[in-house]
Amino acid sequence: MNLTLRIWRQTGPDTEGAMTTYEVTDVSPDMSFLEMLDTLNEDLILRGEEPVAFDHDCREGICGACGMVINGNAHGPERTTTCQLHMRQFEDGDVIDIEPWRAAAFPVVKDLVVDRSAFDRIIGSGGYVTAPTGSAPEAHATPVPKAAADTAFEHAECIGCGACVAACPNGSAMLFTSAKVVHLNTLPQGGPERESRVLDMVDTMDDEGFGGCTNTGMCTTVCPKGIPMSSITTMNREYLRALRKGV
Amino acid sequence: MALATRPEQRDKQQREKQRPTRPVSTAGRLWRSTIGKKTVMAVSGAVMLLYLIAHMVGNLKVFFGPDDMNSYAHWLRTIGEPVLHHEWFLWIMRVALLAAVIAHGVAAYQLSRLDIAARPVKYVHQRRRTSYATRTMRWGGIILALFIVWHILDLTTGTVNPNGEHGRPYENIVATFDTWYGNVIYFVAMIAVGLHIRHGFYGAAQTLGVGSPTRDRALKVTANGLALILTIGFLSVPIGVMTGVVE
Ligand code: HEM
Ligand code: SF4
Ligand code: FES
Repeated sequence: MNLTLRIWRQTGPDTEGAMTTYEVTDVSPDMSFLEMLDTLNEDLILRGEEPVAFDHDCREGICGACGMVINGNAHGPERTTTCQLHMRQFEDGDVIDIEPWRAAAFPVVKDLVVDRSAFDRIIGSGGYVTAPTGSAPEAHATPVPKAAADTAFEHAECIGCGACVAACPNGSAMLFTSAKVVHLNTLPQGGPERESRVLDMVDTMDDEGFGGCTNTGMCTTVCPKGIPMSSITTMNREYLRALRKGV
Repeated sequence: MALATRPEQRDKQQREKQRPTRPVSTAGRLWRSTIGKKTVMAVSGAVMLLYLIAHMVGNLKVFFGPDDMNSYAHWLRTIGEPVLHHEWFLWIMRVALLAAVIAHGVAAYQLSRLDIAARPVKYVHQRRRTSYATRTMRWGGIILALFIVWHILDLTTGTVNPNGEHGRPYENIVATFDTWYGNVIYFVAMIAVGLHIRHGFYGAAQTLGVGSPTRDRALKVTANGLALILTIGFLSVPIGVMTGVVE
């Protein structure tokens, strides 16, 4: 099929950008969205033009690198990562708008690439547990109730893609932050830092310039890993609990 | 995510160094964070909501005639006697409500500023009205703030009331709803109250951490029910005057 792409092109962080139109021909419906962009880039290179910069790594839906907004939807029309989106979702002759994540905390680096290191700093401020290194601990030393293990696992699925921030009208990172807080605060291993974790991670989230939650729920409609809205509610509860304990 | 092409690391590091030191007090920490400000909004909103329910029920006295209504208004001034002096209860309540309105409004203003700043660039391709609820809350809140001022000048002080007699609320109410603008203002404001409570009640439950997947439906039903009952209850008074049931 043949498609018209309108892609955000911006040469650097401090330059003005604009939507630029490209035609791609002979797109197979079995291609992933990124493979379709690869063919465009090969064309551009052959024509001596600058290829479109976009983030990608695993191409199997687990690294979270491949963020872009397609026709106004983070990761496009399907609730999955862009690398797992297939061109059969589109039709011959479609015009597809491709833009970078938009949030003050995610400045554009180039074209569709944004700087998501604000997420790293949120994780760095509390998204860890303290454990002795060296020999592996005995597996049964710390029993984990089945329900807690399930909840933790559900939230550990977050791949840090940033779609939640991109979709939120407030550029809020509540879903991302709450996924990690709930993941670790549910487990006994996360117990020692239960209060400081949520307080510090929320502080960092605010400092990085993400907005607050207004419960629109847009984040959960685009999250490729299905992190639920209740994750945010649980983080709110953990936050208020930690404040009451006065850490 | 540390591409060699990623700039601004230095700026970010500098920003981190300049990060304001966190207030140590619980109250300071609460007010400083987005979740804390939301908590202030939720609690002050709940205070106003309780007041609105009592207020709406009290207003229905108008259907029992001038004597019932006016003696009810007089009784309000005697609550707590002889422990409290005449009208003291009313004044305590007014101070508490004023504090709630101010806390709610200031937090709403500050959070809205943060939220808008967190999303400075709009998407070129806007497919969905993602921020419908949030925008309704902001406009609705402004309408409510203006209404509260008008309402006090109308029925509390009597300044803008066509009748404006102290101690005769029944006659004042009828006078207001005999004017077209009185009716228009009340209808707009009461619909705004309904919409505000519909999203606000649900949001407050999430903010305070009492929401959960199993309670989600119940919370939404309660929010819609409260909104509907309050809007209809408040609007029954002008409708009563317009249809001649109250005169
Ligand atoms: C002074 C006039 C008012 C203004 C400026 C205002 C503004 C706002 C704004 C901007 C929000 C946040 C919306 C969001 O999170 O999406 C909000 C939430 C809320 N409002 Fe109001 N509002 C006002 C009056 C009221 C009244 C009279 C009530 C009483 C029923 C109320 C109850 C609530 C509740 C319960 C919330 C939810 C708080 C939360 O999400 O945690 N508000 N208000
Ligand atoms: S919560 Fe979902 S959308 Fe947000 S970063 Fe994690 S995986 Fe991506
Ligand atoms: S490239 Fe890794 S999730 Fe898409």
